[in-house]
Amino acid sequence: MEEEIKIRSEKLDFFYGDNQALFDINMNIPKGLVTALIGPSGCGKSTYLRTLNRMNDTIFGTVVKGIVEIDGVNIYNKSTDVVTLRKRVGMIFQKSTPFPKSIYENIAYGPRIHGSTARKDLDMVVEKSLKNAGLWDEVKDRLNKSAMGLSGGQQQRLCIARALAVDPEILLMDEPASALDPKSTARIEDLIGELKGNYTIVIVTHNMQQAARVSDKTAFFYEGELIEFGDTKKIFTKPDMQKTEEYITGKFG
Amino acid sequence: MKKFYDKLFSGITYGAAFFTIAALVGIILSIFTEGIPILKKVGIFSTLFGMEWRPVDDPPIFGMWTLIVSSIYVTIGTLVVAIPLGLGSAIYISELAGRRTKEIIKPIIELLAGIPSVIYGLVGIVFLSPFVMDTFGAPIGLNMFSASLILGIMVIPIISTMSEDALNAVPQNLRDASLSLGANKFETIYKVIIPAAKSGIIGSFILAFGRAIGETLVVLMVAGGSAQIPKSIFSPVRPMTAAIAAEMGETVVGSDHYSSLFAIAIILFFITFFSNIITELVFFRKKKI
Repeated sequence: MEEEIKIRSEKLDFFYGDNQALFDINMNIPKGLVTALIGPSGCGKSTYLRTLNRMNDTIFGTVVKGIVEIDGVNIYNKSTDVVTLRKRVGMIFQKSTPFPKSIYENIAYGPRIHGSTARKDLDMVVEKSLKNAGLWDEVKDRLNKSAMGLSGGQQQRLCIARALAVDPEILLMDEPASALDPKSTARIEDLIGELKGNYTIVIVTHNMQQAARVSDKTAFFYEGELIEFGDTKKIFTKPDMQKTEEYITGKFG
Repeated sequence: MKKFYDKLFSGITYGAAFFTIAALVGIILSIFTEGIPILKKVGIFSTLFGMEWRPVDDPPIFGMWTLIVSSIYVTIGTLVVAIPLGLGSAIYISELAGRRTKEIIKPIIELLAGIPSVIYGLVGIVFLSPFVMDTFGAPIGLNMFSASLILGIMVIPIISTMSEDALNAVPQNLRDASLSLGANKFETIYKVIIPAAKSGIIGSFILAFGRAIGETLVVLMVAGGSAQIPKSIFSPVRPMTAAIAAEMGETVVGSDHYSSLFAIAIILFFITFFSNIITELVFFRKKKI
């Protein structure tokens, strides 16, 4: 089966001021699959993830060189509208980030910003997004209650629902389950499996079992370089690079 | 021996705390004992709502309504000036300014807080007053408008530093989450950051209110001093604090006039007392969430 490329980065370098964090990253991320980014802390995997929706723009003094294409268009073009880009590329953060508003208003936030105002449309989007995030049954009777009252796992699924509400094509997840208990983690992993296909998912994770469970492709980052990228099964069974094998087998980390 | 020092230390600090409370109680007791006689003599209603403040006429009239209204108007004017400027600069410093700009602007605004109020008063008399007469054709340059403007500038640091603290306390990941949904900076600030910092921001307004209504020297110098219900924003007024400060030196201790000035102090005390309580409630609520 020929894979369709959704995101392509070419000769991508990234700098925090004088510090180079990414070196010459060349990578093709397939459409509709889950791609995991693994590697030790500070290896650049989160930085790479944040180049894909230009969240690094918000950090003072960062410089990007090279190309990141989504559907063949370089998102670092001058003509790129960051708002439209981020609507297409949703993001889930390590720490769940519900706004101090009601559950309903959390989900409706994105659609409202992008111009939906009709109550009926919003009601529909809220219900659909919560259902897709597997949270609807738990919260349907308290949509107007504060989102801060939800449990950690529920808050994270709320954030996923909130990201889904603007109808993105790509979901970036930055260690979405690292702050959750095993049960909630399993719930998030199941959800990733359900969302796959409709969305292209890129997930950063510290947890190698998690990468092996949820992803189709795995990329191993080390000291700002992409060491190896390939099918998850292959990376975890017989990787080409010695460095990858050492990391997978826990020789360093 | 160690135990003795511990006890001594705790005794000294206890004494300090006790003295502070005793001073407060003493102040409250004295304004009430001195102020209540006139309220008894003339009646609370006609003192509070009486339209004439003629304490040195024969017979004197002690209606404080014009003073109360003057204070309220000047304070509202102060907030009208200070809220947009203070909150605006807080938002700029916390959310928009680059690191270097922030390092320059922040201490400058805080410097405003260190200027003695007599200097604000002087600027009001010497520079603002003629400017107001020339520009707006006001008959008197020392009036409600001038007092509000000067006081407004004076309380900007209260609003801006406290609001900025509140905005800074909003976790960075809320900003990131909002931006990642495609919101721009303005939407993020307006719909996420400000609501999240709401209680601190409102607290800063109330604190500024308390500062403005209690400020004496500036209104004494700049407000014009006329005890009347203002007809326009350029009317001279006599806020409560200015009346007390201006008249206390001319009264006979124990006279009705003397007592009436303490009655004004009682009103002021209640106003600041309740604004403090509201501030406490606002912050208490914040801690609970």
